[in-house]
Amino acid sequence: MTLLHKDLLGMQQLTKEEIESILKTAANMKKVLRSGNKKTAYLQGKTVITLFYENSTRTRMSFELAGKYLGAQTANISTTGSSVNKGESLCDTAVTLDHMAADMIVMRHRVAGAPHFLGPHLDASIVNAGDGMNEHPTQALLDMLTMQEHFGGFEGLEVAIIGDLSHSRVVRSNIWGLLKLGAKVRVYGPATLTPPDLAKSGAVICHSLEEALTDADVVMGLRLQLERQRRGLFPSINEYSQYYGLTEERMQLAKKDAIVMHPGPINRGAEISGTLADSPRSVIPDQVTSGVAVRMAVLYLLNLYRNKHRLGLG
Amino acid sequence: MEIKERIKGLSALAEKGSCGVIRGARAVEAKSSVRVPFAEGECRGEERDEVRDVYIKNGKIAEPFDGPYDFTIDGEGLVLMPGLVDIHCHLRDPGQEYKEDILSGARSAAAGGFTSVCCMPNTIPVVDNKAVAAYIKEKGKKSACKVYPIGAVTKGQGGEELAEMGQMKDAGIVAVCDDGGPVATADRMYKGMQYASDFGLVVIDHCEDPSLMDGTMNEGEISTRMGEAGIPSVAEDIIVARDILLADYLDLPVHIAHVSTKRSVSLIREAKAKGIKVTAETCPHYFSLTDKDCLSYSGLFRVNPPLRQEEDRLAIIEGLKDGTLDCLATDHAPHHKDEKEIEFSLAKNGMIGFETAFALAYTYLAEPGIISLTELVRMLSANPAAFMRIPGGSLEIGEPADLFLADVSESNRYDRSKAVSRSKNSPYDGYTLKGKVLLTLSDGRKVYEA
Repeated sequence: MTLLHKDLLGMQQLTKEEIESILKTAANMKKVLRSGNKKTAYLQGKTVITLFYENSTRTRMSFELAGKYLGAQTANISTTGSSVNKGESLCDTAVTLDHMAADMIVMRHRVAGAPHFLGPHLDASIVNAGDGMNEHPTQALLDMLTMQEHFGGFEGLEVAIIGDLSHSRVVRSNIWGLLKLGAKVRVYGPATLTPPDLAKSGAVICHSLEEALTDADVVMGLRLQLERQRRGLFPSINEYSQYYGLTEERMQLAKKDAIVMHPGPINRGAEISGTLADSPRSVIPDQVTSGVAVRMAVLYLLNLYRNKHRLGLG
Repeated sequence: MEIKERIKGLSALAEKGSCGVIRGARAVEAKSSVRVPFAEGECRGEERDEVRDVYIKNGKIAEPFDGPYDFTIDGEGLVLMPGLVDIHCHLRDPGQEYKEDILSGARSAAAGGFTSVCCMPNTIPVVDNKAVAAYIKEKGKKSACKVYPIGAVTKGQGGEELAEMGQMKDAGIVAVCDDGGPVATADRMYKGMQYASDFGLVVIDHCEDPSLMDGTMNEGEISTRMGEAGIPSVAEDIIVARDILLADYLDLPVHIAHVSTKRSVSLIREAKAKGIKVTAETCPHYFSLTDKDCLSYSGLFRVNPPLRQEEDRLAIIEGLKDGTLDCLATDHAPHHKDEKEIEFSLAKNGMIGFETAFALAYTYLAEPGIISLTELVRMLSANPAAFMRIPGGSLEIGEPADLFLADVSESNRYDRSKAVSRSKNSPYDGYTLKGKVLLTLSDGRKVYEA
């Protein structure tokens, strides 16, 4: 099956079947990545533009490579050196790109809902590569692909997500996606970094790191933005790592074959110890490879949707 | 029937000083119940709801008289009410005339049945001196309704030096307020209330603790789901509690603007029961919308205080019902398309409100029988006029003929692109509402006709 909408806005909008379809396609894309010839022609003659209003290494590069591996033309716009610095509005910028016959625009923006707002204004498909604190759907999809490869499925899988829950679009997208596929999600972080009524999402809010880690299959650390300390949301990195940091020792509480994940980039010694990140439990490098495969799958499936609905043909 | 077909002497109706009669409408009036600042016990209006003829002579409501009439209006099947009085709106003039000016704002008000409006001082420059107050007052005289400026509490609304309240009072202000934000510190509120009392002015406060305002919408399940930074409801409650304590301590009046939370309603209810001189208003969006309406990320739903949760919405209705909330105000806040139809968290706060206020109050409160039409007139007309001690709010003989006719029998689909206001930022586009304003008279002269 293909996707049901022109744009990929978030895990909230995807159905269980769509997620399964993306993961299945991504598993095939991984085979392409591991073959000697990574060049395919699925997106030949199509243009993928990455429009990033926030810094990024892995997300942006993996979208760009995903596009190239599928045979698309790819182009990047960074907000420095573009009309954005001249004060052009988001909508005007995106409409301009749309009229250059872009087929897909991969966008990261500091504002929640920015891709939702743009979608209806554009003929191109919008792929949300992170909107404020709202969603980062391809991150959740790559996390899920990584989990699926390790555990075979999601039914009953115990996933613990630890860290700054308030400002994290990764935790939100993972909660929406994992719950739809039958996994159980528990979360833990400082009360000052836990958003209100998060339990209504269906995730279980834990009250200690021990509670969160005990018998978990997957332990995911979230990046701590050091800027939050200046805003008075936690007192110091030292104290944060002592009470909320992931270490090899604490991982003993999790299941024997539990894996450790992190969306990166990591702050070694803050939310996760360097030794744990480098330990055999860590699948952080695998996540990066899954990222390219998932993004290939998303671009591929959106292109199928566009062909089916004859979009981008004037 | 079109309203035009009901009017004989249409051209006379557009003139000052014509005499005539409105026949057969259901005339609804209310007695004010609000505690009037510095005039305890003052009350206006009568409780009346009956089909009768209303006579107009020299711009005032007159004793019945025999013709000839310059105009006659067939009001059969329609409701006739005293013109609505808004104690909280933004006309954006001077300084932001691309959003609205006094003339366009007054036309919009008249189209909503309003005959008097009190506009907030957060213009550019701020109404913190007699010159700006006089400018608004003067321009208002040429407009479609009566315009009363509200002055700032502090210079530039900066929360430091007191504004020249005495001179502004002489220039026509009716109250003081730092709306746009709260009077930030307890000290400024304390001194502001004291100094304002020397001139018989009440301080109106936008209640929100500035240190908790760093968000785009109500904090809760929906802000978490949307990834938006939340403004907790307690940000409002803290300042409401502070202002109530100050009013009690100083034995001076305070008015709470646009109440939006359940806890604020109960704080005000308890304070009133203790005899503390607090009055309060809310706005139609707080009884008709909730934070769930923000889920589309449409900037049209961004407003401050933010749309709250269902339990707050129900508490607001309860507060209107039992009189805890004295007035309904619009907080009419025009903004340009480019400031509203953009990313949610970049959109400006506020929505236009004049032209939907009556229909929303009728559809959400009167039609379902939560309050009577008389009570609706009390909170939209009699109480606001009495509270500000300005003319209007009554259909008694000798009062100015500020009134409007409405059809409450038919449902209409609201189309924001047709708004009379210069700005179109209403969240109610496509809503089916009952209570259409057909004709508005100010001092007996037609200022709006549907």
